[in-house]
Amino acid sequence: MNEPVKKPARKKVELDPRFVNYKHVWVFIEAERGVVHPVSWELLGEGRKLADALGVELAGVVMGPPGERTRQICGEAFHYGADLCYLAQDEVLRDYRNEPYTRALTELVDTYQPEIMLLGASTLGRDLAGSVATTLATGLVADCTELVIEADSRNLASTRPTFGGSLLCTIMTQRHRPQMATVRPRVMAMPDADTARSGRIVEHKLAIIESSIITKVLEFIPDAQQDKPQLAFADIIVSGGRGFKKQENFQLVWDLAKVLGAEVGASRPIVQAGWVELDRQVGQSGKTVRPKLYIAAGISGAIQHRVGMDGSDVIIAINNDPNAPIFDFAHYGIVGNAMQILPALTEAFRAQIALARRAG
Amino acid sequence: MHSVVCIKQVPDSAQIRVHPVTNTIMRQGVPAIINPYDLFALEEALRLKDRFGGTVTVITMGPPMAEVALRKCLSFGADDAILVSDRAFAGADTLATSYALAAAIGKIRENMPVDLIFTGKQTIDGDTAQVGPGIARRLDYQLLTYVSAIREIDHEKREILVERRAEGGVQVLKTKLPCLITMLEGTNEMRYGDMDDMFRAARHPLKQWDRLAAGIEDPNVVGLKGSPTVVGKVFAPKPRSQRAEIIETVDNDPKNLVVTLLAKVFTQHPKLEREIERLAK
Ligand SMILES: Cc1cc2nc3c(=O)[nH]c(=O)nc-3n(C[C@H](O)[C@H](O)[C@H](O)COP(=O)(O)OP(=O)(O)OC[C@H]3O[C@@H](n4cnc5c(N)ncnc54)[C@H](O)[C@@H]3O)c2cc1C
Ligand SMILES: Cc1cc2nc3c(=O)[nH]c(=O)nc-3n(C[C@H](O)[C@H](O)[C@H](O)COP(=O)(O)OP(=O)(O)OC[C@H]3O[C@@H](n4cnc5c(N)ncnc54)[C@H](O)[C@@H]3O)c2cc1C
Repeated sequence: MNEPVKKPARKKVELDPRFVNYKHVWVFIEAERGVVHPVSWELLGEGRKLADALGVELAGVVMGPPGERTRQICGEAFHYGADLCYLAQDEVLRDYRNEPYTRALTELVDTYQPEIMLLGASTLGRDLAGSVATTLATGLVADCTELVIEADSRNLASTRPTFGGSLLCTIMTQRHRPQMATVRPRVMAMPDADTARSGRIVEHKLAIIESSIITKVLEFIPDAQQDKPQLAFADIIVSGGRGFKKQENFQLVWDLAKVLGAEVGASRPIVQAGWVELDRQVGQSGKTVRPKLYIAAGISGAIQHRVGMDGSDVIIAINNDPNAPIFDFAHYGIVGNAMQILPALTEAFRAQIALARRAG
Repeated sequence: MHSVVCIKQVPDSAQIRVHPVTNTIMRQGVPAIINPYDLFALEEALRLKDRFGGTVTVITMGPPMAEVALRKCLSFGADDAILVSDRAFAGADTLATSYALAAAIGKIRENMPVDLIFTGKQTIDGDTAQVGPGIARRLDYQLLTYVSAIREIDHEKREILVERRAEGGVQVLKTKLPCLITMLEGTNEMRYGDMDDMFRAARHPLKQWDRLAAGIEDPNVVGLKGSPTVVGKVFAPKPRSQRAEIIETVDNDPKNLVVTLLAKVFTQHPKLEREIERLAK
């Protein structure tokens, strides 16, 4: 039942006539307590390309409590590429809860009929997307890494990793609308904000009364900020793998990270051995990262690691095996013993930075 | 207190190999296991039974060989197990999977009301995290995803108080039974079954339900036919067009290597150099 069943390449699949009027690309803008999850802007960047390929408009869907802040978010969505925003403001949308958000988003879809709807694969996005897709009885593709419009059918082709990331598959929703997909944070590039851009707001009044909502939020306990590694948004990451052999040696990774003001990352075996906490694992079952610089030392570059860091601007790999797969996709490589190269690299960066400081 | 726990049998992905030439999955000999995330759901249900008494029913939709996974759950202490299995279910996406499971749970409910449905956070093969929300919607149960702790259950008022992992913090939620909980990983530790349970698991008459027994009249709403998503091609990721530029020096001394590396990187990426100086402050 798990097999991506081989289907005979069916010829043309007709869209269900109920959906012929479904037009435009939507991105759900995820905001909690007034803070927008950056994945929403990443999705607007991606949604822009899809909308342009189809020659349709790109809309952001903004939901939240009444107030200036919620409306402001629409303005930000225009900066990141939206042509218009659907705005639903209601007290029942103050905290995220599945039921009012599902009801509201489903109502918006039924009313304004998008052909594509994207959500972040965050805890909120996965919760909401699964409920909404079921209510609408449409297809939902999880954790996509690539979204393109198929030229002849104009359908959305969503690519996602399968079987622990070792292969990719392309999935389509041909007969139903909207075509829904979620994308993990940091998988798509962050578009540049253009503060000159503006757009129009379509306000939608909901008629959901609080007493009809069964689940109540009693409390929100924010995470302590400092003690959690913030890999996903780090600008520089130094990662170590099994090549370090002993936990003491892994200190070399921390030393380099300290000099660079970088976060420490790791491959899965390092996390499993308990050398670093789970939040530092980079890859398919860990974090997706997009730093400006990713240094991978003693990491072989298994596909499950690669999918989590492939989007880094510059990748430097250090490995004593010239045939290690990491050299197939890193930008720069040093073939050598990480235990010697890393301290040298730490010193070189330290000297470089000291020089820059002195220069002013 | 009656909990239904949804479990899925999955291939032990750590042991899946991809054929280097044909890029197909080599499944032969890959052992099937209970989806590891589902064990947290099962353990939580068993703990509620320890606290409040009641019944734990496990259910899976899968091929006949999934019986092994169900018996394993019985050996941990589950009371009853149902295998929902029919050729018509093959090729199901999450919409069709949640349809079949919701229908079967509807049947279970006819004999004994269900207070709680548990699922894992996600599976390690399909990995969508969509089936739990799907079942909740279809049965109109309150949905509580990523639950890290069940604080209280008030049977009189039929209320439950849970902690849910949200973006940037923990939500404390109160809702009504019945509801569906997707359990966060690492929140409890699976017990070892005792001897009695192991013997019972081996003898227990397993219920096997086909489509009609699960209460599904229309064959078009399950399996491939009931799935709006269509899986197209499966392929290996493309290698980057260029391999890494390997830095070498005459002596390959670490010091000289890294100096050469930095000179090259900073010439080709001047913005990065400024970035590093900014961050190091
Ligand atoms: C479902 C699934 C999910 C997974 N998820 C992830 C994930 O999220 N993240 C992840 O990282 N992995 C993940 N993995 C594991 C992944 O397949 C690899 O096993 C793992 O990435 C390997 O880690 P490594 O590179 O540190 O170790 P190895 O593959 O053992 O590589 C060690 C490397 O160090 C080199 N080396 C040895 N000595 C030295 C030295 N002295 N100096 C320099 N180099 C040296 C070796 O040449 C080798 O290339 C997953 C696997 C599965 C099946
Ligand atoms: C490579 C691949 C990619 C896929 N991509 C998609 C996709 O993008 N969209 C889509 O709709 N479908 C997709 N599918 C199909 C989907 O995996 C199947 O429908 C599958 O049966 C259930 O989804 P899941 O494994 O993702 O489960 P999840 O939704 O991740 O499972 C969550 C929980 O639901 C319960 N559960 C799940 N399946 C069962 C079951 N059969 N019996 C009992 N309990 C269960 C478990 O408690 C589990 O922890 C894909 C399948 C494959 C093999």
